[in-house]
Formats: sequence, structure tokens, C-alpha cells
Amino acid sequence: MTDSQLKEVLLRLGDDTLILAQRLGEWCGHAPILEEDIALTNISLDLLGRTQNYLKLAGELYKPTKSDDNLAFHRDPEEFTNLLLLEQPNGHFGDTICRQFLFDNFSLLLTVHLASQEVNTDIAAIAAKAIKEIRYHVDHSSKWMLRLGGGTSESHEKIQGSLDKLWQFTDEMFEIDEVTSAAVESGLFPDLTTLKSRWLDNVMSILTEARLSILSNTEMKYGGRNGNHTHHLAEILEVMQVLPRTYPGTTW
Amino acid sequence: MINAESHKIVEAVKRQLEDVMDPELPFLTIGEMGMLRDVYYEEDHTVIVLTPTYSGCPATDIISEDSLKAARVVDPKAEVAISMSPAWTTDWISEETRTKMEANGIAPPIGSSNDRAFLTGEGKMVPCPLCKSKSTKMVSAFGSTACKASFTCLDCSEPFEHFKCI
Repeated sequence: MTDSQLKEVLLRLGDDTLILAQRLGEWCGHAPILEEDIALTNISLDLLGRTQNYLKLAGELYKPTKSDDNLAFHRDPEEFTNLLLLEQPNGHFGDTICRQFLFDNFSLLLTVHLASQEVNTDIAAIAAKAIKEIRYHVDHSSKWMLRLGGGTSESHEKIQGSLDKLWQFTDEMFEIDEVTSAAVESGLFPDLTTLKSRWLDNVMSILTEARLSILSNTEMKYGGRNGNHTHHLAEILEVMQVLPRTYPGTTW
Repeated sequence: MINAESHKIVEAVKRQLEDVMDPELPFLTIGEMGMLRDVYYEEDHTVIVLTPTYSGCPATDIISEDSLKAARVVDPKAEVAISMSPAWTTDWISEETRTKMEANGIAPPIGSSNDRAFLTGEGKMVPCPLCKSKSTKMVSAFGSTACKASFTCLDCSEPFEHFKCI
């Protein structure tokens, strides 16, 4: 695996958690109940911590090197490599939970592998730290899927709608391209086909219990890894980057 | 340079660090919390090794600054190194520290972090740190800081926080 491929892997890991953290942060002060306001922003903070760790490592591979802040605040939408799923709008609470549920389960499986591989010890250390945090996230989003799916007819209908809307973005998590192939070959990443089937098993067991179903024959959407984003990413970055771009070099 | 003088400096820095508190649990030192992993001398300065409790813990920066401020009184060249591995765990919090937590109204982590049942606080009994009742309920796995879950006591009705086992 080349340095430029490793840099790309780190950017993807960092961009995924950065964009989702920013989205969850939008709930601050707006969640339906106080406990959820706290939970969503706590999860956001965990994700942001991982972002800093991954983007710091990515930044070291630039010549000259770049800081994590520089990568977060001074790249344009087409330079971001996050999954399309994670930039989708918060929508209603169910939309946010469903997006989180689909990603948390993927993130846990990938992170467990990252923590155990011996190709890159820096990544293994970040991942080992993150596993326990992600278990909390999986627990949180899974329980809400069960509660909303098995709740009232209105909650069931709404969360089924969220799943129908977001399912098209799920295959991108397991997309095989030059970068992921190199990562798999080196041992840094697990085999993506196996990862996908394990993810599907875990996700389906909750969905079935929640009496939710997935759309068959969904046309899957890809592009985030190459910078081809939905228009939502530009909206996120506009808010996230306005301060450091308006006042370059500003500090707290 | 490992000689009597550097050893003396390291010991002095360690004493200084005994007064550095966790800003989110201001009655506990960073040593008691297990965040202070090592203090050693390298070439011409002391290195303080800290580990964050959570990846995104906002207190990490403050703890680094406070540690530097305290250490530089005896070694102006002291530096902080953040270590991610091994990952911090509540297993590093001693029984004595757990008792101190409870005395300050926070239900301490119970048992070892390796036991999966202890992960979320469900399926385990977390006694109320105020009235000691064993009849309590988890309100949310997330609390006022990343490391705590929210509970409520079914006897005295007081809300309280439980330090999560990780």
C-alpha cells in the first residue's frame, strides 16, 4: 500500500466521522427530549475525537504536512471523501437514528478489524480506543430502531420511510476501488464482501425484530469517495467552515 | 541522561502533578483517574505521558495545559506526550478513587470493563450514591460528560450520574 493510498484511507475515515459529527451537532438544543439532545451531541463528540486522530495522521502524509484543522476547514466539497449516507440531512429524529444505525454497525465491524491489524499501529491504537465508544453508539441507535419500528403505527411508518430513503446509500460503505483494494490486500482492511455480509446479518436481525423491511432492487448510489457529493455536503461545509475561512488563523 | 539529577527533576515534576485535577471531576487528580501514564526524562527535559479517557474528551487539552503549567515550575522545558495505546480503561481507577467518586455524588464504575454486561449500565445494579438505595434506573447511557450515564433513584427520586465502565 502506497503512502498516497494510506493518506486516502485516513481521509475517508476522518471525513466520515467529521461530517456525521457535524450533522449530529446540528441537533444541539433541538432534539425531541433532553436525554437525546445530550446523547446525540455526546456521540458527535466521540466522532469528532476520532476525526482529529485520523486527520492528524492523514495530515502528516501531505508534503508539506497539514494540520487536522486545515484539512477540516480548508478543503472544498469535491475534496471530501465521506460517504454520501453521512451528509444526508438530519430530517426528523427517525431519519437521524436510521442513518446512525446503518453507519454505527458498519463502523463497529471495521473498527474491530482496524484495532486488531498489525499493518499500522497508529490506526490500531485509535481504533482500540474507539471500539468501546462505538458499542455505546450501536446500542443507542439499535434500541431506537426497535422502539420506533415496534412503537405506534405512525412511528413505524416514519422509520420505515427513513430506511427506504437511506438504503440506497449503504452499499457505498463496502465499495471496492483502488484504495480499498490496496487496503484489503495489505491487511489494513478486512475483506469487504465478508464485512458486508456480517453487517447485513447484524442490521437485519434488528430490522426484523423491529418489523422493518428493506427495499429490494434498490439502485445503489456511489460517489462520495471520489468527491462526487450530493448538494447537502456544500451546505454542511458552508456552516462548518465559515469562521476559519472568514478569519484565517483565528484562535479561541 | 539518566542520572541522579534527572531523577530528582522527574520526582519533583511528579509531586507537582499530584495537584493537577481532572476538570470534569475536580475532586480527583489526573493520577487517580489513570490519565497520567508516565513521567520520564529524555535528553534535556521531562516528558509527561497522558492518555485521554475518550477520543473526543474536550478536557484533554485543558489537562495538558494544566500539567505543563504545574511541571514547568520545576522544569521549564517539560513537554506533554499524548499516548493512545494502551487505551484508557476504568479498570485503572482504584477502589479508593471509586469510593471518593461515590462520596462526591457520582456512582463509580462497577466491576471490570471486560464484562460486556457492564457496558451500558443495564442489567447491573448501580446503587444511588446519595441514599444508597439499590432501586435505581438508567435514564440514558449518555450524560453531562462523555464518561457518564444518567440515572435516577427510585427511592429518593434524585437524579445522579454513573461513571461508565469502558
